[in-house]
Amino acid sequence: MTRESLLDVEDLSVVFRQRGRADVRAVDGVSFSVSPGETIGLVGESGCGKSVTSLAIMGLLPKRGVRVEGRITFDGTELPALPADKLRLLRGRDLAIVFQDPMTSLNPVVPIGTQVTEVLTRHRGLGNGEAREEAADLLRRVGIPDPSRRLREYPHQLSGGMRQRALIATALACRPRLLIADEPTTALDVTIQAQILELLKTLVAESGTALILITHDLGVVAGMCDTVHVMYAGRIVERAPRHELFADPRHPYTGGLLASVPRLDQPRGARLEPIEGSPRDTIPWTSGCAFAPRCPNRIEECTPVAPDLLGDRHGLRCVNPLRSDRPETKAVPR
Amino acid sequence: MSHRADEGGAGVSAPEALLSVQNLQKHFPVTKGLLKRQVGAVRAVDGVSFDVRKGETLGLVGESGCGKSTTGRLVTRLMEPTGGKIFFEGHDITHMSQSKIRPLRRDIQMIFQDPYSSLNPRHTVGAIVGAPFRIQGVQTEQGTKKAVQELLELVGLNPEHYNRYPHEFSGGQRQRIGIARTLALKPKMIIADEPVSALDVSIQAQVVNLLEDLQNELGLTYVIVAHDLSVIRHISDRVAVMYLGKIVELADRKGLYESPMHPYTNALMSAVPIPDPARRKDRERIRLQGDVPSPLNPPPACRFHTRCWKAQAICKTEEPPLAELAPGHQVACHFPENADKVTAPAAAKIAQNVEDALHPKKPVA
Repeated sequence: MTRESLLDVEDLSVVFRQRGRADVRAVDGVSFSVSPGETIGLVGESGCGKSVTSLAIMGLLPKRGVRVEGRITFDGTELPALPADKLRLLRGRDLAIVFQDPMTSLNPVVPIGTQVTEVLTRHRGLGNGEAREEAADLLRRVGIPDPSRRLREYPHQLSGGMRQRALIATALACRPRLLIADEPTTALDVTIQAQILELLKTLVAESGTALILITHDLGVVAGMCDTVHVMYAGRIVERAPRHELFADPRHPYTGGLLASVPRLDQPRGARLEPIEGSPRDTIPWTSGCAFAPRCPNRIEECTPVAPDLLGDRHGLRCVNPLRSDRPETKAVPR
Repeated sequence: MSHRADEGGAGVSAPEALLSVQNLQKHFPVTKGLLKRQVGAVRAVDGVSFDVRKGETLGLVGESGCGKSTTGRLVTRLMEPTGGKIFFEGHDITHMSQSKIRPLRRDIQMIFQDPYSSLNPRHTVGAIVGAPFRIQGVQTEQGTKKAVQELLELVGLNPEHYNRYPHEFSGGQRQRIGIARTLALKPKMIIADEPVSALDVSIQAQVVNLLEDLQNELGLTYVIVAHDLSVIRHISDRVAVMYLGKIVELADRKGLYESPMHPYTNALMSAVPIPDPARRKDRERIRLQGDVPSPLNPPPACRFHTRCWKAQAICKTEEPPLAELAPGHQVACHFPENADKVTAPAAAKIAQNVEDALHPKKPVA
């Protein structure tokens, strides 16, 4: 696995320093790897560190007040050690990212065309005319009708779905080897979401791009990812191949997330089963499992020593996991 | 137009209806130039009719820009309707003056989507939840503070937190504060605009359960506006699906989710991602092409025909009325899905439509 992997993240931690207050470990010892043509999912709620992980990989975190620890290796190169100008060559060409909010990640006073062609002229050395043709072709590929007209328009003239597709087109302009999609469909309607996800899927299948999909929506993950990493309070609490995770969730947090959402494919239950408390009710990992205050399976062993992520194929960070012989998991056909 | 909506079944206000909306319209003018000349109108809500019965939950669902939030705001009279009628408990409140509507505001309250922007950050929880008493001049038996603390307890917050500010609470707790404020004056009906979509996944279920508990305890009537079909199915007794300012399907929960008839409803449901890879394979997926057209210039006749895979010539020329095709199941479509559930006279009409589409009598211009 490691030999052929494109990106290796080992023991990544991101620490935000705050004046007069304790440091915040937003990401705390996260490790994973992605191979070409593979899609992995990082799942978690707001504040679990999934977006900070992606910013750390892209080298987009501010230098001041932030400490990044651990190793990020992309195709043999250590990314954090790279000088800024070298990293700039990689970013946009080999590494690309699509952000959540299509309203704020495009420059509102620059036409779409300029924003898409910028990448092409910068990284592929195309002339203006060539770049415009290529940009129009890219927009067409991501499903924007009448692309040459759209290139002259400004972001506010496009709908949310089209803006997100323009962003994806920009990210794909240099056929990146690694694409990070940070909540790519959260701001979009379900019918548009289905189109965008399909587009990403085709891309991975056709060009062998490695895709890191960051989302809070387990439904999106279920259709896209080969391996799923569930994060809570900065750490990965469960990691498993997709089918295994959904058929046999072992961590109480994963199980709780799956049980708390109403689902269209199941008979309507009388009541939802929420996870108690809120993501704010955590304890630091240094004094036990951060999920313990909300956990229905909490036992004495959960504190004061946090459990390790154990298991090779199906990694689990829990001392009292859900049993895999629960009747509701058996009912699901494997 | 207006008589057709009246024939559509929802016309005359039923006696048990708490709220009755008839052919409701809201057009936002689009102006141009220095003199603000009107050059067009966004038809955000364009002829919507429905009834809400006492004690039930009506879900309004649709994609962004379909007019579901505008409908919610029109019903609460936060916006002035362009046309149509709104009856609350039999009284016409469509154009009631501010001074006359104020006493009625006790009965109709609203829960907003964003718990971060709907609470004044400079007011304490006590002031926020107590505001309705102050504004309405309501005297409570043991004073406002006691009443507020009871409300906080009712929604699952600590009454001791009376003097805290909104920023000291998490998103889910803030939404509970908003709900407590809504309940202060013991309303009969609550309009909730996306009550859970701004919350974390694990918190959404808590708020959904709270809304259900309150309904059972206090006998509330809800109109819930949301884009999430799974949440709407969980919470609603009847569901209205909206597309570009119109209701395309209105049915009870079971009818709508088990045998959706409008193609748009089918497409929406099949687009919802299911968190189970094993079950996804055998689902038939309908993928719609393109975006929702602009409400500034909606397609003629059936507004869905530009994205519909069943569209025929008739869909571009004749608008399908919202008609009761099966008992309690209203659909606005010439070629509905799940046609086996349709009543006999409607089935004959659909068969005629199919026949016309296959063998057009005259070429359509």
